[in-house]
Amino acid sequence: MEIKALALHENALRFRAHRNEVLASNIANADTPNYKARDLDFGAALKGAQQQNLGLRKTSEMHREATGMSRSGGKLMYRVPVQPTLDDNTVEADVEQAKFAENAVQYRASLAFLDGSIRTLKFAIKGGD
Amino acid sequence: MSLFNVIDVAGSAMNAQSVRLNVTASNLANAGSVSGDPDRVYRARQPVFESFQQSLANHSGIAGVRMTSIVESSAPLEMRFQPDHPDADENGNVYVSNVKNVEEMVNMLSASRSYKNNVEIINTTKDLLMQTLSLGR
Repeated sequence: MEIKALALHENALRFRAHRNEVLASNIANADTPNYKARDLDFGAALKGAQQQNLGLRKTSEMHREATGMSRSGGKLMYRVPVQPTLDDNTVEADVEQAKFAENAVQYRASLAFLDGSIRTLKFAIKGGD
Repeated sequence: MSLFNVIDVAGSAMNAQSVRLNVTASNLANAGSVSGDPDRVYRARQPVFESFQQSLANHSGIAGVRMTSIVESSAPLEMRFQPDHPDADENGNVYVSNVKNVEEMVNMLSASRSYKNNVEIINTTKDLLMQTLSLGR
């Protein structure tokens, strides 16, 4: 049996891990001339996800379609800097640090959801404690 | 696991920043050094950084840092008339290194802050990895 509910969080986790890499690259290149800061667009990833159906069986007309995160992840975009710099580097350390912290929390959230799903399944398999 | 790339990326940045810190230390150590020959005077040095793509082609947007070269400052040297200096040339002049102390101090602060940022990135990513490993326990 394929567990599609886990796939949702797995793909979200994959997206967060990729974004973590992109943001780390930005901070690593904070002093590199001509480097352009980049970020992943969560909105695009979500839009892609909404077209992807998890295929859950609906027993009532009132049930909504269950959707998941797309495997492809978000779209890589260039960040628009608040202030221009002399060396054409568009990394703003504070912005990147804030985004990195935000992403780390969201990664932990996805991890917690996934952990919860696994616990639920284990509980069901064991039939109680 | 793609989070391991983050450690490589932040590590490359730490490498580059530590080179920058070394160069700054060398500049500060040689600030104020003099010579009678303008070609032999110590000139302020600066590392040049460049970003490079990780070899993993399927992971776009990931770039580490590397140092491509160290350039010497072309700023003019200060000429001082000191006929009693042992290194003075035939006109009694010595040339002073063009290291600017304030610039170097700023450089040092900037490099150490960038270094710390990358250490934090590694710490956070390591935390995330450890939590991922303990999934489902």
